Amino acid sequence: MRGATHAKWAACAAAVALAATACGSSGGSSSGGGDGSAVLSASWGDPQNPLEPANTNEVQGGKVLDMVFRGLKRYNAKTGKAEDMLADKIETTDSQNFTVTIKSGWKFSNGEAVTAKSFVDAWNYGASLKNNQKNAYFFGYIDGYDKVHPDSGSQSATTLSGLKVTGTDTFTIKLTQKFSTFPDTLGYAAYSPLPSTFFSDHAAWLKKPVGNGPYTIESYTKGSQMQLKKWDGYTNADKAQNGGVTLKVYTDNNTAYTDLMAGNLDLVDDIPASQLKNVKSDLGGRYINTPAGIIQTLAFPYYDKDWNKSGSEKVRQGLSMAINRDQITDTIFQKTRTPATDWTSPVLGTAGGFQDGLCGDSCKYDPTEAKKLVQEGGGLPGGQVKITYNADTGSHKEWVDAVCNSINNALGNDKACVGNPVGTFADFRNQIGQHKMTGPFRAGWQMDYPLIQNFLQPLYYTNASSNDGQWSNKDFDKLVDEANAETDTGKAIKLFQEAEGVVRDNMAAIPLWYQNGSAGYSDRLSNVALNPFSVPVYNEIKVG
Amino acid sequence: MPEQPFEPERAIAGTGMGGAMDLATSEAETLEKTPGGPEGTGPQEKPRSLWSDAWRDLRRNPVFIISALVILFLIVISLWPSLIASGNPLKCNLAKAQEGSQPGHPFGYDGQGCDVYTRTVYGTRTSVTVGVLATLGVAIFGSVLGGLAGFFGGIWDSILSRLTDIFFAIPVVLGGLVLLSVVTSNTVWPVIGFMVLLGWPQISRIARGSVITAKQNDYVQAARALGASNSRLLLRHITPNAVAPVIVVATIALGTYISLEATLSYLGVGLKPPTVSWGIDISSASAYIRNAPHMLLWPAGALAITVLAFIMLGDAVRDALDPKLR
Amino acid sequence: MGRYVVRRLLQMVPVFIGATLLIFLMVNVMGDPIAGLCGDRQCDPATAAQLKKEFGLDKPVWQQYLTYMGNVFTGDFGTAFNGQKVTELMATAFPVTIRLTVVAIVIEVVVGIALGVVTGLRRGRPIDTSVLLLTLIVISIPTFVTGLLLQLLLGVEWGWIKPSVSTDATFSELIVPGLVLASVSLAYVTRLTRTSIAENRRSDYVRTAVAKGLPRRRVIIRHLLRNSLIPVVTFIGTDIGALMGGAIVTERIFNIHGVGFQLYQGIVRQNTQTVVGFVTVLVLVFLVANLLVDLLYAVLDPRIRYA
Repeated sequence: MRGATHAKWAACAAAVALAATACGSSGGSSSGGGDGSAVLSASWGDPQNPLEPANTNEVQGGKVLDMVFRGLKRYNAKTGKAEDMLADKIETTDSQNFTVTIKSGWKFSNGEAVTAKSFVDAWNYGASLKNNQKNAYFFGYIDGYDKVHPDSGSQSATTLSGLKVTGTDTFTIKLTQKFSTFPDTLGYAAYSPLPSTFFSDHAAWLKKPVGNGPYTIESYTKGSQMQLKKWDGYTNADKAQNGGVTLKVYTDNNTAYTDLMAGNLDLVDDIPASQLKNVKSDLGGRYINTPAGIIQTLAFPYYDKDWNKSGSEKVRQGLSMAINRDQITDTIFQKTRTPATDWTSPVLGTAGGFQDGLCGDSCKYDPTEAKKLVQEGGGLPGGQVKITYNADTGSHKEWVDAVCNSINNALGNDKACVGNPVGTFADFRNQIGQHKMTGPFRAGWQMDYPLIQNFLQPLYYTNASSNDGQWSNKDFDKLVDEANAETDTGKAIKLFQEAEGVVRDNMAAIPLWYQNGSAGYSDRLSNVALNPFSVPVYNEIKVG
Repeated sequence: MPEQPFEPERAIAGTGMGGAMDLATSEAETLEKTPGGPEGTGPQEKPRSLWSDAWRDLRRNPVFIISALVILFLIVISLWPSLIASGNPLKCNLAKAQEGSQPGHPFGYDGQGCDVYTRTVYGTRTSVTVGVLATLGVAIFGSVLGGLAGFFGGIWDSILSRLTDIFFAIPVVLGGLVLLSVVTSNTVWPVIGFMVLLGWPQISRIARGSVITAKQNDYVQAARALGASNSRLLLRHITPNAVAPVIVVATIALGTYISLEATLSYLGVGLKPPTVSWGIDISSASAYIRNAPHMLLWPAGALAITVLAFIMLGDAVRDALDPKLR
Repeated sequence: MGRYVVRRLLQMVPVFIGATLLIFLMVNVMGDPIAGLCGDRQCDPATAAQLKKEFGLDKPVWQQYLTYMGNVFTGDFGTAFNGQKVTELMATAFPVTIRLTVVAIVIEVVVGIALGVVTGLRRGRPIDTSVLLLTLIVISIPTFVTGLLLQLLLGVEWGWIKPSVSTDATFSELIVPGLVLASVSLAYVTRLTRTSIAENRRSDYVRTAVAKGLPRRRVIIRHLLRNSLIPVVTFIGTDIGALMGGAIVTERIFNIHGVGFQLYQGIVRQNTQTVVGFVTVLVLVFLVANLLVDLLYAVLDPRIRYA
């Protein structure tokens, strides 16, 4: 019968095709060979914004910028310390006016020399309102920002008056206030230099960004993959140790991990929590788990009077003590998170302001004390807390459910806490922005630069850009102001820690855990590491 | 008319993964098309005996008896879950996360250390509620609109049919992602509402087709000639004869709605805690498929059995109502 | 025939407008997309206002819709938030999804109809019962479970296939995802064909054909199958649109960068332009496929004539 014959044929064809793909699956994506010319493939996510340096505020776009650009400073992949890259020296006498001298000899991959103008033009572009750069606020400390980027109305200037080119390789920066650690912030991608083609042919540049880093972009298939090639003209010491990197877009990190296991992908830098149990057996030693400058907290809506009355800090402390951080980080995260004991991150180091145990008993699991504190504070507002989070990215559901179960068990009420997923990240941000939160909500903070200032000021200073809960405390603000004005780094950090003490006493946000970067890689790779931003140090990776 | 016999079959498709594509009559009625061949006499000639014949058939059909018993059991469990599960589905102990079967906990624990057996039993209520209410909503809304379109014809038919097409053209999963991603309520109502909103065209087309078929019968024409009012025609003469295909399709669709709820959960827009549902459990278990397959097996098995029972019931009813297969 | 096609095309216009308006409104219900663009912090109000203006989000919805449709008719589907033209995204996404759909349809047609014919001719025999049971099981398990299981077993445990599909998305890579995508429809096609064959087998013209002494093979293919295919064709025709739009789950599991991926990405980022653009094309595909199916009726069933 004809139909049956068809079916048989189809089955055979399928079998042949299966066998063919099976044969082809072992070789990975490149030609192999250990001479530094081999290309590795790595997991990636579709960047959310155009790949302009001052417009990229998430880690996926950041990965590309990190390969394609080098700025004045660069954070040491191991220590996190800001080290001079293009900067020859950055001088100041008053912590407010800086003179920058850049090293000569740097070039963009199109041959153009990197000069002081490359920086000043790029920063002016980034700050200017008309260019819609989402990281414009990074230039907010520079004099004249309020003219090029007013809060409302149209801009009255196109360039920052605080920036002046004084020579081919020198320029000056004038800030609006004293900011002693300002030079250390300059390693952030938003401060990258830009070639003149960025301005003259913007559309072409966006299609294929050109920078001054160790890699050049070979091809970019939108929403699918990007091929980066080692740039042979790059002469600095941190040149690429491999022939290039192919970034492949994955919607689901589980699929990326599955691909890694099947030898279809070389590097996954975001291992799903559900697979962490298997990494030992799947990857043996080809797994790294290193601290990153990320802290997860639960923030509270202080615009809601239920959370902003006397005694509610006791409720927050009680909730904090009802969370069994050790158990959750062990079980759900398989130790890729470390229970938090302060509001910063261990990557800062003790010298940088990290203070283990600053939170004290308030961050230790103690169900009896937790129950007592919640009662003393007047009970949970409305009898129930809803922890709001976004359900589309980052598998937050698991830990929120676990936190809720922990609170429920501690308080002896299985409806005390319930997770409240919001469908999309955009909607989650919307609800936060419109002050619609009625209870604690997920607040993750990934540092922009490894300074204690970055963990405190943007999050807890009155009306700061990421102070989503609208927490406000005069003592805290005063201490931060003092710390910023302090020219002695050691003293400044002391003051920041005092300010952190204010956060603790009010339990402005419940610190949950410090997030590590975790990555797994194929047996073709060696020398794989993650920097403190949990981004793989691609240029150091050796293939073969 | 060829529509009658295969409509139920076609209609099953509507709620499948890919969505809205039930086809049913599509344009066929509005076309000038030569009437069908030998088929088309259909069930409507002897309504009483059709139903009693069908019932006699069903009583002797083991498939019907088994699926009906399974459904009866599911309904009892939905109403009184504590009959067979003494635990609390919300009481979880993280220390036991992902552990397998052990005394007192035959299905093991899930990723949060909740008892899988208790959660599976308690999840029945949600899934059955979603399935039954969504089907009821779709059936009522769809058959009213479709029936009116078929009965009045003309401009009304054109308008309603185009409206049906519009809702048909939106892929179901896509619509779910868009509409449910903004929902903040943690009840079952938004999910049911969405299913009705995008599911009604499926029934509407079938109802329209069968009303048109029924309308052309001699006894309806006769009643009309005797001066029966429209409402009397619709209620007394047409509805009883047009309702069979709707019932069949609705039974089968019920299963697919239950399955759809799980898919929505997998995409992150399904039901929300503290609601306990198979969909929520299946989607969270799917991440642990390698380490703890038992977390997936039980809720997915319960879901499959439920869907299977409803589809088999629908199948059996269809066979019983279709005189040609007798 | 020509007049019929013209009338059908005219009827498509209101459906097209209605469906695009519906999806436009639905995406708008999702709220302000700008808030999600600035990471875990508030966009500064000036930039947010500027972005809203640029994407036309400061206008009332009806005006946005009119502007958008006006642009669509000139071939401009707008720009995604990451600065990529939606038409560019379509150019990379649609070929992939079309390949996936073709694989799925071929599987449906070949396997589904073959199984349907076999079971239809052997109604009540063990093979019929077992295939019937199998189709029921396939229907009752959600696709994402089937997909994840096949990916784990074939891709990881046994290593027969790559667990994900590469950027090229060649036909051979798409066989397993295509099977997953087709699985539920495959079960329906089998059942449809089975019922239809079983019904028509007892019809007069088949008996006549057999009585004439025609070879069994010829009877089955020329007479029985041809007449039994109408419901199957209807189903498959309307399934095309469903498969393309419904591949969200399959494309996510196998990391296929097609229409489903772009739609998912677009919805998660509340990217109106991407979502509406892709759905607009899907609606067109749906309408055209429906028309083709109705025209195919005439080919399969000579009793049907379109005036």
